[in-house]
Amino acid sequence: MTAIILIIVLVAVLALSGVYTSWRAGRLDRLHARLEAASFALDAALLRRSAVALELASSGVLDPATSVLLASAAHDARSAPAGREMAESDLTRALRAVFGQPGFRELLVAQDGAEELLSELEGAAHQVFLARKFYNDAVAATQQARRRWLARALRLAGTAPNPEFFEIDDSLVPAGVAGSLADMPHLTDR
Amino acid sequence: MRIGIVCPYDWEVPGGVREHVSGLAEALLEFGHEVSVIAPADDDAVLPSYVVSAGRAVPVPYNGSVARLAFGFMAVARVRRWLKDGDFDVLHVHEPAAPSLSLIACWAADGPIVATLHAAIPRSRALYAAQPILNSALEKISGRIAVAEAARSTLVAHLGGDAVLIPNGVNVRRYEKAEPLPGFPGQGGTIGFLGRMDEPRKGLHVLLAGFALLAAQRPDLRLLIAGRGDADEVLAQVPAAFRDRVVLLGLVSDEDRVRMLHSVDVFCAPNTGGESFGMVLVEAMSSGAPVVASDLDAFRQVLRGGEAGELFETGNPDDLAAAVAKLLDDPGLRARLAAGASVAVRDYDWSVIARDVLRVYQAVLPATGRVAVVR
Repeated sequence: MTAIILIIVLVAVLALSGVYTSWRAGRLDRLHARLEAASFALDAALLRRSAVALELASSGVLDPATSVLLASAAHDARSAPAGREMAESDLTRALRAVFGQPGFRELLVAQDGAEELLSELEGAAHQVFLARKFYNDAVAATQQARRRWLARALRLAGTAPNPEFFEIDDSLVPAGVAGSLADMPHLTDR
Repeated sequence: MRIGIVCPYDWEVPGGVREHVSGLAEALLEFGHEVSVIAPADDDAVLPSYVVSAGRAVPVPYNGSVARLAFGFMAVARVRRWLKDGDFDVLHVHEPAAPSLSLIACWAADGPIVATLHAAIPRSRALYAAQPILNSALEKISGRIAVAEAARSTLVAHLGGDAVLIPNGVNVRRYEKAEPLPGFPGQGGTIGFLGRMDEPRKGLHVLLAGFALLAAQRPDLRLLIAGRGDADEVLAQVPAAFRDRVVLLGLVSDEDRVRMLHSVDVFCAPNTGGESFGMVLVEAMSSGAPVVASDLDAFRQVLRGGEAGELFETGNPDDLAAAVAKLLDDPGLRARLAAGASVAVRDYDWSVIARDVLRVYQAVLPATGRVAVVR
């Protein structure tokens, strides 16, 4: 009698833990899918921002020094897969230095086509800010799920690489950024 | 002649291009020409009478580091006004490909324009993106000067065409006299080093290894180092017993730089490469410090194959130690090398170099009329 009860309990425990494990694995899978989508969105937002920056640089509405600065920052951001966070932050800083000039908008919108370009660039920059926020949210959730003992013990994440946060300076608003340039190496004229 | 010179980098931050511009401007003024320099500078900065501020330099990422540059509407407006007020016979821009005042001046002006290239910039794909913008400004330049072979090949690669080679000048007189730093050179001898401590190509590690060999034999020998970098990192490379004989000055003022050169028995330039011109050697030679330097092409040329300074095998601490020891033990040799150096540096004095630059101005003058503002 007791043996039958024991077997029933055992089967019930096995069945329940099976359900739980598969629920966990399914959740992790959904998190990975969300992460992948967020990563594509972030990539697209970054590419769009550098493309619009490059277009502004070659539009002829800026002076040549500003144009060269923006063009090279946009190019570096687009073509630096290894040091991408650094290069994208540099593009932000270049944009901030250009947009931060007193009266920049007012002087520029007087020129043909500049208004649309500027709005598009500001829109693209804001899109980067949002996409990065969502991506990092997804990374945090995924990392947390992967850290649980069951996920680790049963390797529920499979071969998917551990996701990493994407940390860049993406604020076009110059508030509170005084220190961000000061702590970079100054190597101007040597 | 009315000459307008454009310096793209912050006037208040010491640097090679800025030094070059002030040396050239002062030599041209001494010849009796009218010279005006425009450079980025704070509006309340104290500037020499020949310098006009183009507004504050903005730190901005460029080419993998942060550069202090002037760009944008205000810079354009100030350059235009300076060109108009100056009514120059010739416009001389420095480092025209840097996204700063020189590029703006090329773009805004028309007429006789001379450009000097300083740095050797590797041909980067980033510059392709900006090439059309650069070209329309740079194709107005009618006379090109490069300060070194490396800068010249950069120019050929980026823009095509060729350039005249005119090296950097030094104001020899400024280096001739100075009070040594207190307690130097001292009885046991002092070796000097000038340059960035954390830049491997400056070769400080070779000198430190050589110093360890010498210090073991000479109980009072000291090493005097001036330059930017992490002090602890440097001292960690010196055996503990000799550490108190290594004196680190950090980044020094122009004045202390000269005093430092007058505080040493032997000046050592252990660079391992990447040096297109031996500016630091010329400074030491002008101060009368006997020089020991790596056997690099650029250095051998400045030291006239050993006549004006001792050469050692590049990167070899044993050879460095042997060369330094030879000089420390032979005051006669030191005096001979210093005398040879003081003759050799005359070629690099601004009074000589500026004359070569004037010849370039003359060559572009007749063709095009005065400098006018076109944009």
